[in-house]
Amino acid sequence: MAALLDVKNLKVHFHTRNGLVKAVDDVSFSVNPGETLAIVGESGSGKSVTCYSLLDLLPKPPAKIEGGTAMFDGEDLLTCNKDRMRHFRGNDIAMIFQDPMTSLNPNLTVGEQLIEPLIYHPDKERRQDRATAKLRAIELLNEVGIVDSERRFDSYPHEFSGGMRQRVMIAMALINEPRLLICDEPTTALDVTIQAQILELIKKLQQSRDVAVIFISHDLGVVAGIADKILVMCNGVAMESGTTDNIFYKTKDDYTKRLLSAIPEGAKTMKNRAQAGSPLVEAKNIRTWFKDFSGSKTITVKAVDDMSLTIKRGEILGLVGESGSGKSTLGRSILQLVPTQEGTVTFDGTDLTSLSPKQMVPWRRRMQMIFQDPYASLNPRMTVFETLAEPLLYHGIANKHNVTEQVQALMDDVGLARAHMRKYPHEFSGGQRQRIAIGRAIATKPELIIADEPVSALDVTIQAQILDLILNLVERHNLTMMFISHDLSVVRYISDRVMVMHHGVLVEQGNTETLWAKPKKAYTKNLLKAIPLADPKSERTRLSN
Amino acid sequence: MFRFALGRLLQAIPVLLVVITMTFMLVHSAPGGPFSADKAVPAEVLEALEAQYNLDQPLWQQYISYLGDVVQGDMGPSFKYPGRSVNELIYSGLGTTAELGFYAMLVAIFIGVIAGVTASMRPNTMQDYVPMTAAMIGICMPSFLLGPLLVLVFGIHLEWLPVSGWNQIPGDKILPAITLGTGYAAYIARLSRGGMLEVLSQDYIRTARAKGLSEFLIIGKHALRGGLIPVVAFLGPAFAGLLGGSFVVETIYQIPGLGRFYVQAAFNRDYTMILGTTVFFATLIILFNLLSDMLAVWLNPKLRQQVRGEG
Repeated sequence: MAALLDVKNLKVHFHTRNGLVKAVDDVSFSVNPGETLAIVGESGSGKSVTCYSLLDLLPKPPAKIEGGTAMFDGEDLLTCNKDRMRHFRGNDIAMIFQDPMTSLNPNLTVGEQLIEPLIYHPDKERRQDRATAKLRAIELLNEVGIVDSERRFDSYPHEFSGGMRQRVMIAMALINEPRLLICDEPTTALDVTIQAQILELIKKLQQSRDVAVIFISHDLGVVAGIADKILVMCNGVAMESGTTDNIFYKTKDDYTKRLLSAIPEGAKTMKNRAQAGSPLVEAKNIRTWFKDFSGSKTITVKAVDDMSLTIKRGEILGLVGESGSGKSTLGRSILQLVPTQEGTVTFDGTDLTSLSPKQMVPWRRRMQMIFQDPYASLNPRMTVFETLAEPLLYHGIANKHNVTEQVQALMDDVGLARAHMRKYPHEFSGGQRQRIAIGRAIATKPELIIADEPVSALDVTIQAQILDLILNLVERHNLTMMFISHDLSVVRYISDRVMVMHHGVLVEQGNTETLWAKPKKAYTKNLLKAIPLADPKSERTRLSN
Repeated sequence: MFRFALGRLLQAIPVLLVVITMTFMLVHSAPGGPFSADKAVPAEVLEALEAQYNLDQPLWQQYISYLGDVVQGDMGPSFKYPGRSVNELIYSGLGTTAELGFYAMLVAIFIGVIAGVTASMRPNTMQDYVPMTAAMIGICMPSFLLGPLLVLVFGIHLEWLPVSGWNQIPGDKILPAITLGTGYAAYIARLSRGGMLEVLSQDYIRTARAKGLSEFLIIGKHALRGGLIPVVAFLGPAFAGLLGGSFVVETIYQIPGLGRFYVQAAFNRDYTMILGTTVFFATLIILFNLLSDMLAVWLNPKLRQQVRGEG
């Protein structure tokens, strides 16, 4: 069978002010009609650049295609002119992007954006009038599972949830019946249950239309069930390629092995850390409500509604839930970073809700927070030294004379080289930045740390390193931690006990392995069922069921 | 939208009160008075004049009675144009100034948006540098320099266009409109370049490209609406500024507009005229700011629904 797309020796370089970056260096692959190829690699591996170069979507300059061919149906995509390229884009080859929140134009209705490939088709003969195009769009919206599609046709993107927007993106990509669909991390920004739905949808549509798919992901676990073959990339170079089963079960490549071993999976092996005695935190009947003025009527959002919990000294309590479940708000409520309407938070025997902001100051030292996005939560104008020294000096833990030593000790603690002390956050990678953020959190020698999705923005391999760092620090500094995440595998790996939250209320809680083995509530069962398995055989059966 | 507008209009009341109070205090604390500049007036005549215009009363009484008049829409009589009220004078010049401002605005938007969008399409190339350098010159060039230059080149050397007047010879509105509009065109060019650059780097522009849309549609349909929001926000204050700043151009081209009253009133210590024109311009600025805010809300679907929900 002739390949639909045959890429040979693709080279894409970025000519930047800091020198030449070989984003893609001599990569070859092919996709047959109806086949799914997964391109897997960490951020910076060149997987997205590879696909963007096929449709001429890279900013030029700095990007430049230095060599290679990409034959699609007998024509070279890399050398064809702009007009010819427009015939491929959205017609023969369509794309779905990572972030459905930003990939749709907020100023145009969803319907208008859907029908554009039809009413502005570069082939004048294949152009359709608005009425016909609208019928076709509504039909597709139904197919991708948008309820009440006729009315939703005139809605704006902000009226849809993330999962629904990604469905719209898929409908938009399919509207001209492409022969090749390129999906760039289509589920990375979505919750695990939504991810499962979108993966199923892509697989279903692919089978019913016999369209070829290139699926880009940083997570081997996600592609196990849908890929026929896999290309593993690292630093612009193809490390390995082969059938999915070969990659998962018979890989010889060290890098692939590292990727596979980094997937958090399997039962927790460590003993329970909880210490006997009075719990460190005891929260009773917390209610945190917000007023939402964005809708047509002001609504009260019950972000946290009547939650009670205890955190024992020394344990890691995992808190899972989908986005909007109120898990972050609960974390902030415990630290009194958001005003709570009702309830008490007792920390080491003192009710924090009764304290004034000024009285809270000495308590702040004893409880810290780690945030999801180390890009956003570190001040870009402060060096590592300044970031780490600030809490030390503010709380009087260090003085001017020994602050350098203490900062160095902290950097050793979180695995940052001392030589980086005078550097700014932008000079570090995502994983290193999260190390700085963790260093800042443990600087005051706190007893409680609330970690809000600390590894969600990181690649799988980095994620594994940071999780091990956190476990190590918890042991060494006798920390108590609340670990908030939407990623159940990560929570299982790290937590002693788990609480499941949904719509601001507690669904169920229990010891990690007990909960995994015997979830009581239907919601928990669904959550656990949605986790993609990093095993092609079982994942395929799971998807087809 | 109605409630939004009403709320903003209510906020305008204290603003206007502050403007009136400050201006009132300032003009009265300036040395001299409306009748002290001319040739010596006999003391009894001066007294009679001051009594006629209530200038013999204590300042706070003058202030209160002025406020009372303004609330009823009466800006009082002019001190320097006997027998004519400030309302009449403003009204007589307003039409011309508004027309001049309108044409200048058209010039500014037309040139500015085209230059800004062109520059944003290929940033950091000649296509960007040329219009942006021109914009920089436009901002730096004061209208009292640009006006005579244009007159010299197009009026006297090339003899294409009339050099002065308003509504007398066909084409006599072209040079004043360009002179007044150029500075604003330059600002609009810079704003629209910035706005467009920001929008063009958004993910949804990449989506539009991946859909196979033509570059014309990507710019005109997907990018322009978001990219011009900074320009829209600028239009309100800009239009008010055009009206207030038109006196130089009106003087150069001898246009019977509002601007000359404004300047003359200050020299003449024509208290009511100064106050009247100031209050009038302040009201205009508030109104046009409100209009451009409403336009910006209307351009953003999310804000539009919020406001509609409240109203």
